[in-house]
Amino acid sequence: MQILYFAWVRQKIGLAEEQVTPPEQVRDVAGLIAWLAARSPGHAAAFADQEFCAPDAPVAPGDEVAFFPPVTGG
Amino acid sequence: MATPTIRVQQDAFDPGAEIAGLAAGRTDVGGIASFSGVCRADDGLRAMVLEHYPGMTERALGRIAAEACARWPLTGCTIIHRVGRLLPGDPIVLVVTASAHRMAALESCAFLIDWLKTRAPFWKHEELADGSTRWVEARAADEDAAARWAAA
Repeated sequence: MQILYFAWVRQKIGLAEEQVTPPEQVRDVAGLIAWLAARSPGHAAAFADQEFCAPDAPVAPGDEVAFFPPVTGG
Repeated sequence: MATPTIRVQQDAFDPGAEIAGLAAGRTDVGGIASFSGVCRADDGLRAMVLEHYPGMTERALGRIAAEACARWPLTGCTIIHRVGRLLPGDPIVLVVTASAHRMAALESCAFLIDWLKTRAPFWKHEELADGSTRWVEARAADEDAAARWAAA
């Protein structure tokens, strides 16, 4: 699964993208966030106290998942 | 229906060439409206870095341009948005719309820039004169401008 980070999420995590293989029980966005947050203090800081759109949206191997703050327009 | 041109790029653009391009080789164009957005030095801004999600940002711009082409009888529509590090005075965005008549061109141009200013998938990181940096947050005034175009 390809994970992309943008704006301050990228800055806190220190990565623009990473290839990950979450365990089988990670099946939705909420599960993925909980699993990613344990990867490093930066991940934990980026995901702490944030509300996410569609936390129950399904995720599956091979998906591209991007995390970013609300867009600020052009 | 017109096929919009969408470009997200680091390089500067040439508004004159883009405007001329929408009239080139055709005789059904009666008016071309354009909006050029320029980086403004608010609050001691020294530079601004615009970030986008390659692929997704272009698709989002393409969708709103297609909506404008469906809503107004446009003969052409071009959106160019710059990304990367921009300085005060640098052009950031260009919207050009062409139609047989001025009202469709003017209204669709305003519709597109109001949408771009609020909903377009970009993130802005500002570098200030004192050396500090900050991420820009969504602004309520721009939201109000975009809301006036909601379908009745």
